[in-house]
Amino acid sequence: MDLSSELGKEMYRNMWRIRLFEEEANRQTSLGSVVGALHMYCGEEAVAVGVCSNLRDDDYVLGTHRSHGHCLAKGAESRRMMAELFGKVTGTCAGKGGSMHIADFSLNMLGANGIVGAGIAPATGAALASKLRGTDQVSVCFFGDGAAARGTFHEGIGLGALWKLPVIYVCENNQYQQWVPRMNVAVVDSVADMAGSYAIPGVSVDGQNLVEVYEVAGEAVERARKGGGPTLIEARTYRFYGHSLGDEEQYRTSEEVEEWRTNQDPIINFRSTMMEQGWLTEEEDAQIQNEIQDEIAEAVRFAEESPYPTPEQVTTDVLAPAQEVA
Amino acid sequence: MMRTLTFTEALREALHEEMDRDDTIFVIGEDVITHGGPYKVTEGIAERFPGRIFETPIAEAGIMGVGVGAAMAGMNPVVEIMYMDFVTCAMDEVVNQAAKMRYMTGGQASVPMVIRLPCGVGRLLAAQHSQIMESWFMHVPGLQVVVPSTPGDAKGLLKSAIRSPDPVLFFEYKRIYTSRGEVPDGEHTIPLGQAKICREGEDATIVAIGPMVQKSLEAAILLEDDGYDVEVVDARSLSPLDTDTICESVRRTGHAVVCGEDSSFAGAVSEIAAMIGENCFRELNGPVVRVGSPHVPMPFSSELVKHVVPEVPNITEAVGRVMM
Repeated sequence: MDLSSELGKEMYRNMWRIRLFEEEANRQTSLGSVVGALHMYCGEEAVAVGVCSNLRDDDYVLGTHRSHGHCLAKGAESRRMMAELFGKVTGTCAGKGGSMHIADFSLNMLGANGIVGAGIAPATGAALASKLRGTDQVSVCFFGDGAAARGTFHEGIGLGALWKLPVIYVCENNQYQQWVPRMNVAVVDSVADMAGSYAIPGVSVDGQNLVEVYEVAGEAVERARKGGGPTLIEARTYRFYGHSLGDEEQYRTSEEVEEWRTNQDPIINFRSTMMEQGWLTEEEDAQIQNEIQDEIAEAVRFAEESPYPTPEQVTTDVLAPAQEVA
Repeated sequence: MMRTLTFTEALREALHEEMDRDDTIFVIGEDVITHGGPYKVTEGIAERFPGRIFETPIAEAGIMGVGVGAAMAGMNPVVEIMYMDFVTCAMDEVVNQAAKMRYMTGGQASVPMVIRLPCGVGRLLAAQHSQIMESWFMHVPGLQVVVPSTPGDAKGLLKSAIRSPDPVLFFEYKRIYTSRGEVPDGEHTIPLGQAKICREGEDATIVAIGPMVQKSLEAAILLEDDGYDVEVVDARSLSPLDTDTICESVRRTGHAVVCGEDSSFAGAVSEIAAMIGENCFRELNGPVVRVGSPHVPMPFSSELVKHVVPEVPNITEAVGRVMM
């Protein structure tokens, strides 16, 4: 295993950060502090963390409507993200984006996206930019299984493959397209199999297994950095909550959800691995969870105490401030 | 006397000069290398700037999305959509992605991309290869809409559009690609959002878009015989719109006609007319009249097209109406 105790602890901590951030955001929604749609990433943490742990700060990430995990895994500050969900001016997007458009360009996290499959071609474009500039930055696009039905999947990956761009397409197959089981509306079960249409490698991984995701993503990132072109990774995963808050979840049984929560929790799975390797003690585990809990509590405090944007800010950021021609 | 170029040559010169100046600029589109684009605007770029022009499969959403991503990552793409009608295959990328990125990210994102759109009636290609649709994009905050009417403006506006930090929809009326006019050599930029008074007059203002500018100038000469001294304003940029220049002219003349080739119903001319009505009501001595196409898809038969595309008599008739 290409992992160390130090990196393992870092990834373990990052998964807890996502889990607790999401659960707190959920709680704040029920309290009325967070409004708008909230698509929780709980259950899928190993995908974002496993992939992003292979990335440098200057690598690009583009996400989905369910992207809090991608942002946090890329290194975004939980307090600025929480402030964004509260609609505060201290948020990552100054309160103008919200949950579905959360972004942190200082980390080259080029944004969540409210349109399914809309990040695939832009991620390809960011990879084209790296190639044109002659840097070895890679781009990662996360998208759901629903996106694999969109034309943008075909067009975006087609162009990335044509020009052998440094881009990794990561499909988070959580088995449900909003409220519909994937196989009710798809004919190809594994999204990874669709890579054959573009003559690029396609790999299906257990998205609940952090080590597996980390290793497969690592190979794809290395290949992309060395000029070997794109990879399509399908991470088979599961969302522990519904599509978004208030989902009645009539499309799946509570037994199925319970089974995944009990036996397929990526954080619990990885804790076992860490313990088996002797990389984590009970005390360290408790300490990590306590620290993250404190961090999230501080994030809420920061969000609560931050001011809202001013009325003048309604009309800023439509175009760049100065439109003068150089 | 200044040298003359065709509209196509002026655009090509602007592209070459800008690509020479700034190596973050690249061109992407269908048939842009092998054929030089359907109207030959990108001819010669592959030879002079190898590796900076990308000929794509037929995938408008993919092309546009790649442009958006490359722009967010610091490049300056010039996207060619073969016929502007095909931009409808990439509307999410233009409207939900390019236009909104800066705002949604609280000012973090910049999408400096130019989308070149050959538009309007040309070689009788009928309804799916002849649309204009300027007002669709005027309606979307975050987009800029630019419409040159002369080769000189085509060069100056394209260079400014390429340098703009925000997306520009650049409308190229196919019918005037072969028109010829004076074009300054070398550096020549025209700030976006500035209309131009092409002819001064005292009795009425014609605000015109694209090829209607030339027709308005022709109409103005005919109207002299009727005793009318008409001012012609080329809007040049529809968003941002130079309301100051337009209103100043209308307040002076007291009459306004707004001319465009697109359907006038909910078209660019309607927004301009409403803006004039709202701002110049007290100075107006007659109704603001729009001249444009009837609200029909572009037909095929040349006998039908004649009744769709507005011509000089439509303008003189409209001026006559507002002067009554």
